Amino acid sequence: MADLLPEHPDFLWRNPEPKSSYDAVIVGGGGHGLATAYFLAKNHGMTNIAVLEKGWLAGGNMARNTTIIRSNYLWDESAAIYEHALKLWEILPEELEYDFLFSQRGVMNLAHTLGDVRESIRRVGANKLNGVDAEWLDPQQVKELCPILNISDNIRYPVMGATYQPRAGIAKHDHVAWAFARKCDELGVDIIQNCEVTGFVKDGNRVVGVKTNRGTINTEKVGLCAAGHSSVLAEMAGFRLPIQSHPLQALVSELHEPVHPTVVMSNHVHVYVSQAHKGELVMGAGVDSYNGYGQRGSFHVIEHQMAAAVELFPIFARAHVLRTWGGIVDTTLDASPIVGTTPVENMFVNCGWGTGGFKGTPAAGLTFAHTIATGAPHKLNKPFALERFETGALIDEHGAAAVAH
Amino acid sequence: MLLISCPNCGSRDETEFHYGGQAHVPYPENPSGLNDREWAEYLFYRDNTKGTFAERWLHSTGCRQWFNMLRDTVTYEIQAVYPMGSPRPDAGGNVSARTTPENGTASTAADSTTTGSAAPSTSTTSISSTTAPEGATP
Ligand SMILES: Cc1cc2nc3c(=O)[nH]c(=O)nc-3n(C[C@H](O)[C@H](O)[C@H](O)COP(=O)(O)OP(=O)(O)OC[C@H]3O[C@@H](n4cnc5c(N)ncnc54)[C@H](O)[C@@H]3O)c2cc1C
Ligand SMILES: [Zn+2]
Repeated sequence: MADLLPEHPDFLWRNPEPKSSYDAVIVGGGGHGLATAYFLAKNHGMTNIAVLEKGWLAGGNMARNTTIIRSNYLWDESAAIYEHALKLWEILPEELEYDFLFSQRGVMNLAHTLGDVRESIRRVGANKLNGVDAEWLDPQQVKELCPILNISDNIRYPVMGATYQPRAGIAKHDHVAWAFARKCDELGVDIIQNCEVTGFVKDGNRVVGVKTNRGTINTEKVGLCAAGHSSVLAEMAGFRLPIQSHPLQALVSELHEPVHPTVVMSNHVHVYVSQAHKGELVMGAGVDSYNGYGQRGSFHVIEHQMAAAVELFPIFARAHVLRTWGGIVDTTLDASPIVGTTPVENMFVNCGWGTGGFKGTPAAGLTFAHTIATGAPHKLNKPFALERFETGALIDEHGAAAVAH
Repeated sequence: MLLISCPNCGSRDETEFHYGGQAHVPYPENPSGLNDREWAEYLFYRDNTKGTFAERWLHSTGCRQWFNMLRDTVTYEIQAVYPMGSPRPDAGGNVSARTTPENGTASTAADSTTTGSAAPSTSTTSISSTTAPEGATP
């Protein structure tokens, strides 16, 4: 039988009215906004703060992602921040006193061409040098770990091996958000849903308040955690972000008995698959090419990912798609996030996590809270400052860290 | 899936096309005069409009010509298709908001000089002081 989900604690969070002023306001009640508020309260003693969410708590990309958590990124800067996140994932269920089913079932990134193989082996080496667990598997070893994978060499893109990160895995995304929200509430943070930020109040170049559909709120500091809507908010504040918002889709099957023991990702045929705790096969593919805010995507993307999935996992041919949906992801040109200060004084931004920011949630929160509280970068988010687009110190993870997500 | 009206070939599935991002981003008129900030703006900063957006598309598996399109990024409704180098329909005044696709003459290169019409960029934050109007690139 598939796993039973754990019981929720009796109490989750209050639904307070917004106060007229706060020491800091976080815009966006997704995983990143909630984690930021949590670490602001816990590590920096800032408890007179609010998280403003235009919809319902964590109903954005946090509710729409395929929950893959790994830290096998190529470049030092990325390995450092994602590995720090992974270490936090390992201790957070206990710290937050909430079982969000972080399952370290391992992630495989398949290689299908000689180029893939070389890149993958290089990344295994880079990971090891950075203290990230990584192994190279030949096709037989791939098959041992995931018996339903088709490793025959008569398919269009045969499996030539895979990188494997045993400590990687998945978590129950909703529970993660609720766990952070509950602790935030316990520490005195106001979580305010149905509260859309519609503008900012500035004194010269300094932000001093936010305008919302529920009135103006004065604040000394603003942290933006709005994922796909980051550039919309930046525009309201009077600056630009090098962000393009694209629809990214995922889908699930009906429930099945456990058949898929790990997480399999393929950059080359672009599909990634895991089996949720309850038994659904969860899969996703790449973004739609065009900019969009419509929270839905193109059908041909789903057709492609299904074709790839069925070739790799022939038994999926009999499964049914139950639901498909889209989220709006905030992509950057180097496929790395932007975390730090902005051209507006006292306004900070955490965005650009694009298709892969769920795994970064704890480290995004921890480092962004540091930046908001102290006004200075944390050593882990320093390389991800907005200035890198000017200095040219890009962290180009496109293709380097295997498939995004 | 979008159904896109190529000015040369008519309506085709989105899968036949390649997306080219924001339209009307002129190459700097005086590249050697740009500072790092201005280069960053030109290379990495694009509008990310929620609403009507002017963008470039290439009919890669058809006539292989570039053209411009106005599309709503929330509803995905396509509002106009018009040739490279022409001003943005809702900004230029003398181009009707619904350019008939069949009348368009697409050029072979993105934002090339085919028509030479000098439409100002509609982007409020573009580096207009140091850049030429679209189409004026040598
Ligand atoms: C289909 C899909 C699959 C993905 N798969 C993975 C994966 O496997 N692994 C991984 O690591 N990442 C994955 N991601 C990416 C990941 O979901 C995001 O990077 C991450 O969730 C972004 O941070 P967030 O949780 O804070 O964003 P969100 O949950 O989107 O939070 C932003 C919040 O801001 C709110 N907001 C926006 N504008 C305003 C406003 N004006 N006022 C108030 N509130 C506002 C929104 O309503 C939203 O709730 C995936 C994303 C998608 C869409
Ligand atoms: Zn054509």
